[in-house]
Amino acid sequence: MVPTAYYLILAAMLFSIGIGAFLIKRNVITIFISIELMLNAVNLTFVAFAHMWHQVNGQIFVFFVMVVAAAEAAVGLAIIISIFRTRRTLNVDEINLMKS
Amino acid sequence: MNIPTQIMALLPEYILTAVGVLIMLIEAVLKPGTSRKSLGWLAIVGTVATGFISWYQLRLGVLTAFSGSIQVDAFSIFFHLLIGAVVVATLLGSLDYFEGVASHAGEYYALVLFGAVGMMLMACSVELLMVFIGLEISSISTYIMAGFRKSQASASESSIKYFLLGSFATAFFLYGIALTFGATGSTNIAAIAVGLSTTTTPLMAFLALAMMIIGLGFKVSAAPFHVWTPDVYQGAPAPVVGLMSTAPKAAAFAVLLRITFSGFPSMQHRWSMLMWAMAALSMTVGNLGALKQTDVKRMLAYSSIAHAGYLLVAFTAFPQAGVAAACFYIAAYAAMNVGAFAVVTQVGGYNETLRTVDDYQGLAMRRPILSALLAFFLLSLIGIPFTGGFFGKFYVFTSALQSGHVWLAVIGLLNSGVACFYYLRLLGCVFAKPEHSEAHLDETVCWTSARAISIPAGIGLVLTAAATLMLGILPGHVLHLANFAGERLDADRSRSIAAESQPIAQASPTVSDSK
Repeated sequence: MVPTAYYLILAAMLFSIGIGAFLIKRNVITIFISIELMLNAVNLTFVAFAHMWHQVNGQIFVFFVMVVAAAEAAVGLAIIISIFRTRRTLNVDEINLMKS
Repeated sequence: MNIPTQIMALLPEYILTAVGVLIMLIEAVLKPGTSRKSLGWLAIVGTVATGFISWYQLRLGVLTAFSGSIQVDAFSIFFHLLIGAVVVATLLGSLDYFEGVASHAGEYYALVLFGAVGMMLMACSVELLMVFIGLEISSISTYIMAGFRKSQASASESSIKYFLLGSFATAFFLYGIALTFGATGSTNIAAIAVGLSTTTTPLMAFLALAMMIIGLGFKVSAAPFHVWTPDVYQGAPAPVVGLMSTAPKAAAFAVLLRITFSGFPSMQHRWSMLMWAMAALSMTVGNLGALKQTDVKRMLAYSSIAHAGYLLVAFTAFPQAGVAAACFYIAAYAAMNVGAFAVVTQVGGYNETLRTVDDYQGLAMRRPILSALLAFFLLSLIGIPFTGGFFGKFYVFTSALQSGHVWLAVIGLLNSGVACFYYLRLLGCVFAKPEHSEAHLDETVCWTSARAISIPAGIGLVLTAAATLMLGILPGHVLHLANFAGERLDADRSRSIAAESQPIAQASPTVSDSK
């Protein structure tokens, strides 16, 4: 049987990859997908811990995270469409009307 | 009355949801171009009704519902009333803002109500799953509201930045919840405190708390997680900024207070250091950043970062005094900030023709009453006596001094001094003689004098000004309620600590009575 720690390490790695991609990538959609990767890393952590504690709480949490992620994706893609309509670009470096 | 606890506990949220859905349905059948004002009034009536029900709930004691995931107590009711008040003030200010220019204003009113439902859920849930759902309901609504002027490039830019960084923060918050679940075996705040005493991985528990603090730190725009704030506030419509710089922050602070003080009380010496650093950094970054801003909304965004810092000072204090001071500060901050943005809404209008500090030059000559109100709100944000801002700062810094954090109080007071510069620079401009070239002046005069303040917006402004003044000269009532909320959270905390010393005993569910 695979120890719980392996799942946790995999999840931590996926989460870190998500953070890295969020910070490095310049396309809005890729950035959005890296957030989804982070959320799924969290889901994996929840399932692993639910297995470890023999509790269903963690698995129920995953369902809610999935539903919320879907809702977030709907809104996020709508915002991305709206920004593409006004700016004709999806590169975050060019989305810089407001400067500090 | 004999209403089941399950219904009574969440009645305010049910009403707001029902009114929101109703508004969405009516919006769909209304002809494009017809007035949406009636929908706005419907939203206001619904929110006011919610406020009365919350007030009534205060007399019922502690209500728990949905297997102990919802706990309606003095603490959550304080935030319910605050969020309700902010929503009413914002709606009053935006009734005429969207009139005529936005063909789909009904959706805005519905979104404000849905956002309020999410914030209220955050304040009253003691189960991290419910906190997460509330956080997402409020966040998703505010993402859309930030980009409501969808034809403008700056609006959708503000919206996408808010969305991306907000979701990023949510992922951190969720990972924190997952690690908490791993370390303690529960996601219920009372059970977490119990689980902490027996946990074999205290380091993971602390990492989990740190992750949750990062996630919520983004939502309250505390430094170093504040980078999104100036851009988002600059691009979003002014009434929306007034709402989202106060109500979601209040809700996030409520969650933060609950998680830290009643979920992780045994780690207070550790997390209070984190809060110390975040508070000092937020105050300094916010105030120094605001100094060089020329855009008024951007300047107020930096000011809101600084105010989040002042609020975080209260987290380093002793539990009861700290919570009471934080609650009072949030109320005072909400009153003056919503007021300041209501003035910005009135001055700028839908297209925000006047936006920089220089544009505000000579405003007092053209719109004296509005300028006087702006001056009052800015003086309150500085913390001049006889305003709510003064007592807010006073209680926060006193509570920090009582617990021995002298240096933090000193940093805070120095920062208040720095803050004077940029608030007074704006005020100086408002009351200076207009220096623009004649042509430009005539144009702006025509533009601004054409629009008098509408009656609902005037009522909203007067209400926020009255609230700021009342908190400054008669802070007793709100302070009483804040103390009550602080006692409530302190009782939860003591119970968690007591349960910790005898880990076998389950955290006893609180008395629920619906009679």
